[in-house]
Amino acid sequence: MLCLPGDTVTEDADYMRGHGTYYKSKVLTSSVAGCIDKVNKLLSVRPLRTRYNGEIGDIVVGRVIDVQTEHKRWRIDTSSRLDTILLLSSVNLPGGELRRKTVEDELMMKSFFKEGDLISAEVQSIFADGALSVHTRNLKYGKLGQGVLLRVSPSLVERRKTHFHNLPCGVHLILGNNGYIWISLPVSEGVESGGFAINLDPVPLADREVISRVRNCILALAKQKMMLHSTSINTCYEISQSYQVKDLIKSKIMTEIAQLTNEKMKIEELQ
Amino acid sequence: MESRILLESTSVKTPFRIDGRKPHEVRSLTCRLGVFQQADGSSYVKLGNTQVLATVYGPHDTRGKSNPEKSIINCKFRLSTFSKSTRRNLHRDIRSIEISNNLTQVFDSAILTELYPHSQIDIYLEVVQSDGSDYAACINAASLAIIDAGIPIKDVVCACSAGFIDNQPITDINAVEESSNGTPILTIGMLPKDKQILSMESSGGIHLDNLNDVMDAAIEGCKSVLFIMKQTILNHIQELKD
Repeated sequence: MLCLPGDTVTEDADYMRGHGTYYKSKVLTSSVAGCIDKVNKLLSVRPLRTRYNGEIGDIVVGRVIDVQTEHKRWRIDTSSRLDTILLLSSVNLPGGELRRKTVEDELMMKSFFKEGDLISAEVQSIFADGALSVHTRNLKYGKLGQGVLLRVSPSLVERRKTHFHNLPCGVHLILGNNGYIWISLPVSEGVESGGFAINLDPVPLADREVISRVRNCILALAKQKMMLHSTSINTCYEISQSYQVKDLIKSKIMTEIAQLTNEKMKIEELQ
Repeated sequence: MESRILLESTSVKTPFRIDGRKPHEVRSLTCRLGVFQQADGSSYVKLGNTQVLATVYGPHDTRGKSNPEKSIINCKFRLSTFSKSTRRNLHRDIRSIEISNNLTQVFDSAILTELYPHSQIDIYLEVVQSDGSDYAACINAASLAIIDAGIPIKDVVCACSAGFIDNQPITDINAVEESSNGTPILTIGMLPKDKQILSMESSGGIHLDNLNDVMDAAIEGCKSVLFIMKQTILNHIQELKD
């Protein structure tokens, strides 16, 4: 059920106030335009487009905007409502050494991550004012090397078991819950370094074409407001083969391949 | 006084205005939501020949001082150089600054700012074409853009202007009526559900006896504007949902 700001959600005093609602003289009123969600006695209104609302355990892709040595932390842009914090104590040191961080490490902070670096991380906790704190204490997370970053609406990426995908077409995909998507070549087995050693060898043209094609496919799906997950992206990638990569950014073809993907996925669901 | 604005029609009882409208008729209103990709929320409002683009960024981290209690609202109003009949750089004029400050106050009280401490919400308004009632069109456009961005707001804020010409209150003033000598203009921005007035701005002199009539005319105008705005939002979210 849809409602607009100022609309009465319920006059029943039994219900609890959830997100997107407020009390106006004891009447529960909506404060955003969206659908009403009811969980037992909790009523909330979910807006259809909003900034990223982080939850603990989310995988995010973000960009370092500031190194705050005096506070022993980095500030990360994750298109969240407030800048995300990455504490020095929640990163792995290069080489995977496990120990307390010293003053030398504080001085070395800029050599770990500097302004403009892209990182993948996991949400560790949420501060009282709503800012997120992330960690990279896993070899999966860390600095991102060569690849393409895409920004889509966070509502298009669902929370799932896995956000790291090696697609059959030969690219590595990170679907950040914050709507930032990272497309790169797969890291070969055993050299995962937590992202501190970055491979800067030139990427062959054929691989770059595949990455561009995946990027354009995701853009086409996002334009049609279709959910992004490995299945939909794979299906769209296969369908897009009948066009050249450069044609995929034409608005007419974008609509066409997204619709074909939608139909194909519906058929597969029925089988 | 010379009757320049209200033209007498054949039947004296129903005078028409210079653009052929009846005294209480609002110009045709077209709204669109989500017109820009990169912004968190955006809208386009066309009120007769007045066209306004609004973009909203935020809530995001403040650049500078922040408030630990609530979110800071930052409104910027700008008239395009080509928006009026004479080409002029209207970037830093007093009127624009005044409107920016008024809009900041309106939305500071309408948005539930206490939900987002330490953050900031930017609202940018650009008048692409100006044909009277710019301020009212801006309130409507900003309100739609805020709703598009999913920012919690008390109600769909709507606004309309009214004036008083030839002993008759008229709704939704256009540029010709605005520029005619001595026309009092009253712009009301309100929360329609509670019938609370958020902003009342007036220029020109008006007799106290007539004030209520003019206010009623503006409030009536708000109601018709609100109907179209709500319809647009509903259509937009229905589209997004599918």
